[in-house]
Amino acid sequence: MEYFIQQLINGVTLGSIYGLIAIGYTMVYGIIGMINFAHGDIFMVGAFIALITLLAVTAMGITFLPVALLIVLIISMLMTSVWGWGVERLAYRPLRGSFRLAPLITAIGMSIVLQNFVQVVQGARVKPLPPQITGGITIMEKDGFLVQLSYMQILIIVTTVLLMAGFTLLINKTSLGRAQRACEQDQKMASLLGVNVDRTISLTFVMGAALASVAGVMFLLYYGVIDFYIGFLAGVKAFTAAVLGGIGSLPGAMLGGLLIGLIETFWSGYFSVEYKDVAAFSILAIVLIFMPSGLLGKPEVEKV
Amino acid sequence: MSDILLSLKGVKTYYGKIVALRGIDLDVHRGEIVTVIGANGAGKSTTMMTICGVTRAREGQIIYDGENITTLPTHQIVKKAIAQSPEGRRIFGRMTVLENLQMGAAVIDYAHFEEDLRMVYDLFPILEKRQSQRGGTLSGGEQQMLAIGRALMARPKLLMLDEPSLGLAPLVVKQIFEVVKELNEKQGLTVFLVEQNAYHALRLAHRGYVMINGQITMSGGGKELLSNPEVQAAYLEGGRH
Ligand SMILES: Nc1ncnc2c1ncn2[C@@H]1O[C@H](COP(=O)(O)OP(=O)(O)OP(=O)(O)O)[C@@H](O)[C@H]1O
Ligand SMILES: [Mg+2]
Repeated sequence: MEYFIQQLINGVTLGSIYGLIAIGYTMVYGIIGMINFAHGDIFMVGAFIALITLLAVTAMGITFLPVALLIVLIISMLMTSVWGWGVERLAYRPLRGSFRLAPLITAIGMSIVLQNFVQVVQGARVKPLPPQITGGITIMEKDGFLVQLSYMQILIIVTTVLLMAGFTLLINKTSLGRAQRACEQDQKMASLLGVNVDRTISLTFVMGAALASVAGVMFLLYYGVIDFYIGFLAGVKAFTAAVLGGIGSLPGAMLGGLLIGLIETFWSGYFSVEYKDVAAFSILAIVLIFMPSGLLGKPEVEKV
Repeated sequence: MSDILLSLKGVKTYYGKIVALRGIDLDVHRGEIVTVIGANGAGKSTTMMTICGVTRAREGQIIYDGENITTLPTHQIVKKAIAQSPEGRRIFGRMTVLENLQMGAAVIDYAHFEEDLRMVYDLFPILEKRQSQRGGTLSGGEQQMLAIGRALMARPKLLMLDEPSLGLAPLVVKQIFEVVKELNEKQGLTVFLVEQNAYHALRLAHRGYVMINGQITMSGGGKELLSNPEVQAAYLEGGRH
């Protein structure tokens, strides 16, 4: 039982990170029907910017951790947003309206460019960061087995919940969110109602990138090691999460992220670490056989 | 201020290599209801979309309110208070009725939102009852009302309606045409109306244009066209619908 609860906590933490990245996949797919393969690398870039900023901030003598982390978070979000915006502007927008595979191929190219850029600039070796947030609370103790909820895990889960709540409100209740949903459904009509479609698409990329950068910051702090390749695997997992939840669906991305995190953690905890990815992808395959549009995906039947 | 609100001068539009409009000239005066009638594929919807810049005029000019809008992006054209209820209605199916109406008001930044919402609900009471229902689940007639209501939420100076009577029961058609007439008479709204239902359209309109194969072939007062033997033969066969 204690072991189970510990795995649950770890799974939710990991799932939070996947969920934050998955939102970017699902929103971009929703609005322009394209899988942004470079999104995982945006997450990686976010983690690197965070590392550099943290070192710089510390060097400047800001040692009070909450302030330092806040600065890191803001700078990482800002710079990653600019990345996301730039990628869309340079690599995807010129191809809009061309054949369907073109942006997909560019996306893969963009992903390779980002990885190689970071590899060249930062080196291929793993970058370590000493633990910044230590300690935690013990929830349970039995026969010497401790169930621990670390402060870092609390930070990740609370940040994710807050961001997702805020984001859901933004999409469902604000005029910007409405414009985004309108563009998802009918771009021509949206423009006939005064929506600047290009700008709305740009903003979608920016939002996805900002959330991915938060995930990158959390990843850096939680695991303490990053390299130029972390974006690939995390990206594939988050993409799986988005598909599992129903690509295009915002709550689906959150749920999918959580599930993938849990599956992976429990599989490693109870069976074997080696096959945790196989487990996640098998579950995805099974769900898609029975629910082709994912758990919370929109059914395609629509009276028009 | 000129009397002419909208003017098309030699507008040519193509889909790829296919020519859809072969040089359209037409004027819409302030406070007028102008209709374009014509057979399927004549280019009526294309004319409307070209005015809004969704399809582009490759030649010619579109002057609105004294300004050349031919090459402006669509979202800037409609900011000049041109609202369209397009062919096929294009309701946002996964948004509620209220959200669809909010989208209509987005172009004027929700100024006068409550007031205008009340006006639309008074025109089409069914929309108020269906307020939180998803647009995609409305009946065809309800969707048509929603499309017109959404256009009105933008406080247009020029209201463009593409076949508002399509697929509707005669009683609903009558109701919608009465609404258009009332808006025109009471608020001086300028209306550009495209219709298959030539009899109703010409009776309602001050002036009409006949479009054949991407060209204007005839124009005149609504009553005048209605009694024109050629128009009668081509568009009013079977008498009064
Ligand atoms: N997207 C498109 N691609 C190619 N050709 C098109 C496209 N849209 C319209 N056309 C062609 O342009 C011509 C004019 O079409 P348009 O829709 O403007 O006609 P319409 O007068 O509105 O007809 P209807 O009364 O049937 O609605 C038609 O020949 C049509 O086939
Ligand atoms: Mg048409």
